[in-house]
Amino acid sequence: MADKHVTPMLDELEHGPWPSFISGIKRLRDQHPQERISGMANSLLGQLEHSYETRKGYWKGGTVSVFGYGSGIIPRFSEVGDAFPESREFHTLRVQPPAGNYYTTGMLRQLGESWEKHGSGLQTFHGQTGNIMFIGSTTENTQHFFDEINEYGWDLGGAGPCVRTGMCCVGAARCEQSNIDEIKIHRTLLNNFTDDVHRPALPYKFKFKVSGCPNDCVNSIERADCAIIGTWRDDMKVDQEEVKNFVEEKGRKYVIDNVITRCPTNCLSLKDDDTLEVDNRNCVKCMHCLNVMPKALSPGDDKGATILMGGKRTLKVGDLMGTVVVPFMKLDTEEDYEKLTELAEETIDFWAENGLEHERCGEMIERIGLVNFLDGIGLEVDPNMVADPTTSSYVRMDGWDDEAEKWFKEKLEAAEA
Amino acid sequence: MSEKQATIAHRPPKETGCPDAFQYMHPVMRRNYGQWAYHEDPRPGVLKHVAHSGDAIWTIRAGTQRILDVTSLNLLCDIGDKYADGYVRFTIRSNIEYMVDQESKVGPLIVELEKNGFVVGGTKNSVAMISHTQGWLHCDIPGTDASGVVKAMMDEVIDEFKGWNMPNRVHMTTSCCQINCGGQGDIAINVQHTKPPKINHDLVSNVCERPSVVARCPVAAIRPAQINGKPSLEVDEKKCICCGACYPPCPPMQINDAEHTKLSVWVGGNHSNARGKPSFQKLVAAGIPNNPPRWPEATAIVKKILRAYRDDAKDWERISDWVERIGWPRFFELTGLPFTKFHINNWKGARNSLNASTHIRF
Repeated sequence: MADKHVTPMLDELEHGPWPSFISGIKRLRDQHPQERISGMANSLLGQLEHSYETRKGYWKGGTVSVFGYGSGIIPRFSEVGDAFPESREFHTLRVQPPAGNYYTTGMLRQLGESWEKHGSGLQTFHGQTGNIMFIGSTTENTQHFFDEINEYGWDLGGAGPCVRTGMCCVGAARCEQSNIDEIKIHRTLLNNFTDDVHRPALPYKFKFKVSGCPNDCVNSIERADCAIIGTWRDDMKVDQEEVKNFVEEKGRKYVIDNVITRCPTNCLSLKDDDTLEVDNRNCVKCMHCLNVMPKALSPGDDKGATILMGGKRTLKVGDLMGTVVVPFMKLDTEEDYEKLTELAEETIDFWAENGLEHERCGEMIERIGLVNFLDGIGLEVDPNMVADPTTSSYVRMDGWDDEAEKWFKEKLEAAEA
Repeated sequence: MSEKQATIAHRPPKETGCPDAFQYMHPVMRRNYGQWAYHEDPRPGVLKHVAHSGDAIWTIRAGTQRILDVTSLNLLCDIGDKYADGYVRFTIRSNIEYMVDQESKVGPLIVELEKNGFVVGGTKNSVAMISHTQGWLHCDIPGTDASGVVKAMMDEVIDEFKGWNMPNRVHMTTSCCQINCGGQGDIAINVQHTKPPKINHDLVSNVCERPSVVARCPVAAIRPAQINGKPSLEVDEKKCICCGACYPPCPPMQINDAEHTKLSVWVGGNHSNARGKPSFQKLVAAGIPNNPPRWPEATAIVKKILRAYRDDAKDWERISDWVERIGWPRFFELTGLPFTKFHINNWKGARNSLNASTHIRF
């Protein structure tokens, strides 16, 4: 290793009670037996200190990939590599975690060992999209590392204009609010689009995120092009004995102030005997009362998912939330799953055909309008898709009678089904 | 090279995609998949879930430095082997969770985690771990660092991470550019550029695909130009909103500036459907110096907001619920932050965010 870079600014981040990533990188520099790793850590610290001093970043992208894929690696070449040569190439491999981010310690060690062999010894569980990020490898070693971990069951995630690594909440594995099989949905969708994950050929990124209930712990409405959120359509379950226990423990005022009056659609009423009355027809499944009283209140039995599309962050037309495109969908049988996969395929195909370069699905919907989008993916309009009907009269409305007839016909068919 | 040699030289990938999670899942969770009845919060950082079968599992959540060196990763595994059952998961905010099947394992595990410098907490009405991006450590377009900002801030709000002192949970995020990869948060600390890009005209024609850079600009402020006889790009600086969207596809359009790249703070982003519909975060403070290594000015503002929220919000109100109840004038009054013309939206659909009523609190 060259002389240790002096890092007075970074050293300031070794103080304080929260675990320090700087101390971690220094451990690699000072204690790691491999000279390659300690040298890389030294150069990395040097470049980072230089960034802290000048308030600028010094990594540039490029093109690096493993054989057969066009995606999954974030190339980083240093602009100041002459001064910090051992981290001159410092690429990240994005690896898909198991749905729900479960690991055994044995598997974590094995991954860590492989990365020590080929990379920097730095990793993150997980990046914002949801990948395990193995940070810091040379171009040559990205292939070696991938070959090694691919042999024992790990594959790269997405990067660039492609289907990205998915995300799902802890869900049915440990949460009483789960309404769907998050892991199965996540894996069914992602592994149906493996080719689109590994070979970027879409207008821009496309993200699937799966939340088991409307608490939406994976931020799918705000972050996913396709959000699948568990819900139910029958009555929520009320254990009146537990309601009484809760009232006794917390007091009526607490229950009225924190449960009854917080219901967004005024569906709850505390009866004189301290049991709960629920207007289930008007419950919007917001989850608040279930969150406050998880022992007393639970989702119903007729479970399924609501699907929203078009969520994304700022670039380039500003933040967009997803919009409901399927108010409710059962996800029990293999046929149900096929329907979900088909919907995702229709959506990605239509967007691939009609999206502009670097245009997210939500931006396309913004540009062409929801009605054209629904038409393109073969879905019918539904009043659950809007917050309000249009307030503008400047809309051409010939063909009204046909549309109205279609609506009644669908209602009839639904009633007969 | 013959075709056969090519095959030998390049191992074809096994396109296995997303791995099966059940092989890595604690047996109690596997056994009770989809069969959970309720949960309790025995103490900060610990969850107890009970299944209909009567089985229970305890989860111990700990904050880490997120960018894990392999020594720390192995240490977390050692702790998992010795004091837990060898099964872990990570939350989307990069906390590690250990699952154990007996209550008696909880205490010793917490002691061991804390002894090794990890921080148990981040559940229920705490300030959760700040979700963040890569920053100067690895990103190609960052205006600031991510891990450093987060480390400095978590040092200051660690008691709020370890305790249950907030009216409801507080999710914080940071982002190192205006694309905001950090996502929505109850409080978000994001980069905000304040000057147009500085263009290196010698490089543009070699490095940038000019039409796609022109197309990337949200306000059509970029146009092709000949500068010093070379094809380049120019920016209408009066139109430019200094967002930096042109910088990723065209690195010679440097947006980051040691002085003029600032931080801003946004509040009220909420992903959950609980009570109100999900909401985006709103600007509350800007012009904050991007001040490494510890960014004290940004942390001071965050702490001010947290204090006002803690003292004034009702139980279960997220920051968005709280502001909806008390109104923005009171928010600025309670936090002591200035309200400026920059808080008023001038973007698409802006008038939807204006007050079209006489609803005013006096």
